[in-house]
Amino acid sequence: MKRVRFWGTRGSLPVSLTAAGLRARIVAAVQGARKGALASDADVDAYVESLGFAVAGTFGGHTSCVEIETGGPDYVLCDLGSGVRPFGQAALAKHGPAAPQTYHVFMSHVHWDHIMGLPFFVPAYVPGNRIVVYGGHAELEYALRRQMEPPSFPVPFDALRARFEFVHLAPGVRHEVAGMTVTTLLQRHTGDSYGYRFEKDGRTVVYTTDSEHTLAGPAETQAFVEFFRGADLVVFDAMYSLADAISVKADWGHSSNIVCVELCQLAGAAHLCLFHHEPASDDAAIAKLLDDTRRLEEITRDGPPLRISAAYDGLDIAL
Amino acid sequence: MEITHRAYADVVVVAPAGRLDHTVAEAFERSLMPLLDPAAGGGAGLVLDFSRVDYISSVGLRVLMIAGKAARARGARIAVAGLRPVVQEIFAISRFNGVVEMFPTVAAALAAISPAAATAYDGAAKAPEP
Repeated sequence: MKRVRFWGTRGSLPVSLTAAGLRARIVAAVQGARKGALASDADVDAYVESLGFAVAGTFGGHTSCVEIETGGPDYVLCDLGSGVRPFGQAALAKHGPAAPQTYHVFMSHVHWDHIMGLPFFVPAYVPGNRIVVYGGHAELEYALRRQMEPPSFPVPFDALRARFEFVHLAPGVRHEVAGMTVTTLLQRHTGDSYGYRFEKDGRTVVYTTDSEHTLAGPAETQAFVEFFRGADLVVFDAMYSLADAISVKADWGHSSNIVCVELCQLAGAAHLCLFHHEPASDDAAIAKLLDDTRRLEEITRDGPPLRISAAYDGLDIAL
Repeated sequence: MEITHRAYADVVVVAPAGRLDHTVAEAFERSLMPLLDPAAGGGAGLVLDFSRVDYISSVGLRVLMIAGKAARARGARIAVAGLRPVVQEIFAISRFNGVVEMFPTVAAALAAISPAAATAYDGAAKAPEP
């Protein structure tokens, strides 16, 4: 495995930067620029960099879609959130419609935000393409078909001209897909969800989203620690604060930035990527979450450092 | 983890020590919950003296959440006091500083919950060692 690319990182539903939010950033940037000379392009680049990601960037708004570049010829994706639309455009731009491709798609579950991108995934309409959908849910195909039925969508699933296959993956069993060894783990979420551990060439990526850690007992903790064990990258649903996750938002099916640091530290993971961001959080709130999480890792570290990132649409992590 | 407790008038002061992590959370909960019973002496509430706590993990914080709910259900209060800087930061990052009342010292916590307990605590502190 070579890289992981994030095409959609937002939880629950897509969001976008508003006009008012953009204007506030421009005002902040222009006000800051008054303080120093920006004589050269390099000065401007350095100044923009100094503004921080919450002003000069945005975590973005597409729902879950993550690409794993395996080094092989096939594409590998996790989830079909709205982020699969720009992914599909990029794949078509690279290969053109005449060169058939195979897409392996691992579904955490079939809630709306994780399937909503499929009707806008253009390679699905191209004859010759092959799309293999993997998951632990018996109703994978039903869920993808149903969202394209009237009156919800004008184009039926059968209009998709790519060849679709649906493969059920049993938890705890090692599966060989696209040159990778894939293991799944049942997670706590309304209607269930599944985490994925991908291994290839001595590299390990764990994709675990929409998973609520109730902290109810050591057996649950240990199961996740083993699932994360030695991972090079853990993509983790850190939607809520711990206080919210175990009180007012208990049983909502998501976790906190505290739990993921603890599990990754116990598992000896190398890199944690905060994912499935709360849609009510603006860029400043997510940047603060990232800062807080890095600080927590620093003050609780009892071994090698754990690198921590916050996913954004367009983030590309080399393994 | 070791844990001691002592009643001052109508408040029980509980003093855990060490790391409150996933390996001791169940023992911490088993020790703490009976002290919420008014018969244990904490009719007005319970103060956790955290001055000897090195670290608290999510499962330890969960125990505080459960204890807080149980205390409020019977009209009592629960507070933590004397947090070390690292533990104080963990409370802030987890947003638990908005969930549990926090005080710089046990004396300040007792004064907020029960003047009688504060007086008893002050008297005990001034009493000569036997």
